[in-house]
Amino acid sequence: MEQILANGVYLGSQYAMIALGLTLIFALMNVLNFAHGQMYVIGGFVTYTFYGQWGVPFVLALVMSCVTLAILGALIERFLFAPVIKGSAREESTMLLAAGIAFFLDAVILLVFGEKQRGVPKIVDGVFNYDFRLIMPYDRILICVLAILSIVAFIGLMQYTKTGRALRALAQDRTAAQLMGVNVDRYSMIGFALGAMLAGLVGGLLVTITGVNLGMGGPTSIKAFMMVMIGGAGVISGAIWGGIILGFMEAIGLALLYQYGDITYLLIFVSLMIFLAIRPQGLMGKPWG
Amino acid sequence: MQRRTLMKATLTAVSLIALQATAALAENTVLKIGFVGVTSGPAAAWGISNQRSMETRAAWINETGGYEIGGTTYDIEIVSFDDQKDPKRAIAGMEKMAQEGIHYVVGPNVDDGAAAVRPVAESNGIMYFPYAFPKSLYEAPASNAVLGMVANYQSGPAIYKYLMEDKGVKTVAFIAANESDPLSQRDGGVEAAKALGLEVVSDNVTYQVDTTDFTPVLTPVMRSRPDLLVLSGVSPANAPQLIRSARELGFQGLISTETAQDAGVLAEGAGDLANGFISVGGASTPELASPMMNEFVERYTTMFGEYNDESNTKVYALEYILETLKADPSALTDVGAFQATMDSFEAPNPYMNGDAKLRYVGMSSFGQKRQVAVPLVVNVYQDGAFETLFVAEVD
Repeated sequence: MEQILANGVYLGSQYAMIALGLTLIFALMNVLNFAHGQMYVIGGFVTYTFYGQWGVPFVLALVMSCVTLAILGALIERFLFAPVIKGSAREESTMLLAAGIAFFLDAVILLVFGEKQRGVPKIVDGVFNYDFRLIMPYDRILICVLAILSIVAFIGLMQYTKTGRALRALAQDRTAAQLMGVNVDRYSMIGFALGAMLAGLVGGLLVTITGVNLGMGGPTSIKAFMMVMIGGAGVISGAIWGGIILGFMEAIGLALLYQYGDITYLLIFVSLMIFLAIRPQGLMGKPWG
Repeated sequence: MQRRTLMKATLTAVSLIALQATAALAENTVLKIGFVGVTSGPAAAWGISNQRSMETRAAWINETGGYEIGGTTYDIEIVSFDDQKDPKRAIAGMEKMAQEGIHYVVGPNVDDGAAAVRPVAESNGIMYFPYAFPKSLYEAPASNAVLGMVANYQSGPAIYKYLMEDKGVKTVAFIAANESDPLSQRDGGVEAAKALGLEVVSDNVTYQVDTTDFTPVLTPVMRSRPDLLVLSGVSPANAPQLIRSARELGFQGLISTETAQDAGVLAEGAGDLANGFISVGGASTPELASPMMNEFVERYTTMFGEYNDESNTKVYALEYILETLKADPSALTDVGAFQATMDSFEAPNPYMNGDAKLRYVGMSSFGQKRQVAVPLVVNVYQDGAFETLFVAEVD
């Protein structure tokens, strides 16, 4: 039981971080960013390059991942999403654009970083072992703590800073925010950059545990969408709860159902379908959007 | 004026280069060899190592004057198609090869793709060299598929037997991704292990192919405390993470797989935790690699920036095709002639030291010669490189 709880907390914290960026972008711009997983992968590769290849300290490499993805996110918003949103009232235009960006980034990742799985040296050696009832490598504990601290910092930023207030206003009502003097274009770009930066941060954190390869983008996006659907699209607290719930469902399923084969995700998907049929807006979402 | 002059000079230079290139290509007749496999997505490493091995060898041949078959010298052109590990795309890829008049294709990389292209290949006179293990692809009445590597049901028993005799292994656990290839390899491995008298203590734990954290997946397997953990059909992307998680969970037994791996990927992903990991390779280790193999590795590295150890097995398919065509030039357009030649074909293996031969095998497994005789080299990973554990042959 201790191991299940520990695995659940660890998986839940990393999943919540992945979902946060996606839901932020959706809340601000009503854009389903299918390229979120690819941004996560680029974040991993940037940390791999700086920390694993060039020997730069891990924290600095992590900062480089955040900066790279923030710039990439800002450029994507300014030169791709903003013009499409202004020029087309159809929501599928941004969806197609996001899918196109995902394919494009996949190709770029293959060209720049190659096809191989990449990994970096462990940031902390050793394994915490409590009588073989709870086994957790120290680097996972550290990454879990860092992920939780990052989530807390993000909530703090959204709650107590001018930028956070502006972003929340934008998410609640774009027109009203504009009438209140919020520079919508500027804060849309900042919000998108922040969402992409979160993807880069979690990619950089997790490359120390899971490594990174070019095929991780699509599945990461799918998991992020699941978490957002569980928690409620566009709701920050919903993304966190979605991540935690998915993490615990995975940890419990893998621990208790292994003798029946790989049915954990089958049950998760069935549960999700039933849940969405009963509560389509998710846990924290509002029925009106 | 200066700008106009510059433009004229540039255009002239480009035209000259284009003419030169055309003239160079026109010197030899072009022989197209196809590749249909996965070069994108999570399994991209499998297909890309195939494609790049073929491109490296083709560039090498072309650079050194071409390849002579029946008195005609050919430049080799590799025509590639990414099937994205999707059987429908694999069929489209094989149809494209047929439209281009290609009779020899390397790939696909996985079971369902290899099975899906069979009707297209057989109806269009295409011999294809899959990296897929189902016996039905190679047993009569199937005729056009040639297994491009050693199958798990051939390497598995050899590895288990060695570990039983030399390391005293008595119990074994299997773990596989929830996909057709790894699952069928797991089932084959379980059958082979039981036949040898090993006790299988766990064989029902599987994982999603996109899993990134294997600690929860491996925890129940570790409780069964096996002497040997077999990673059935594991991809190079997943192997280091599985090894790392198993070791971090306290597993001290042996870990093996029947798929080819890359030492660099293991070093980065698992570091010293991968020491002792057993996998199947090709003529890669220093004592086995011939000067030609070493030159291949150098050329591959120069072309693509980094070598992939998986290419130690994937270097062979193109060589087999070309050498067989050389043995019977009528096979250039007649795969029936190619099939007839396969029964008696034999040529020196240029990639291995010693007197190893290129020849077709498979009589024991398939009842007909539908497999390339890639050496069964079983490697053990140690401190960033593979060492040869033992070498065997498939008949």
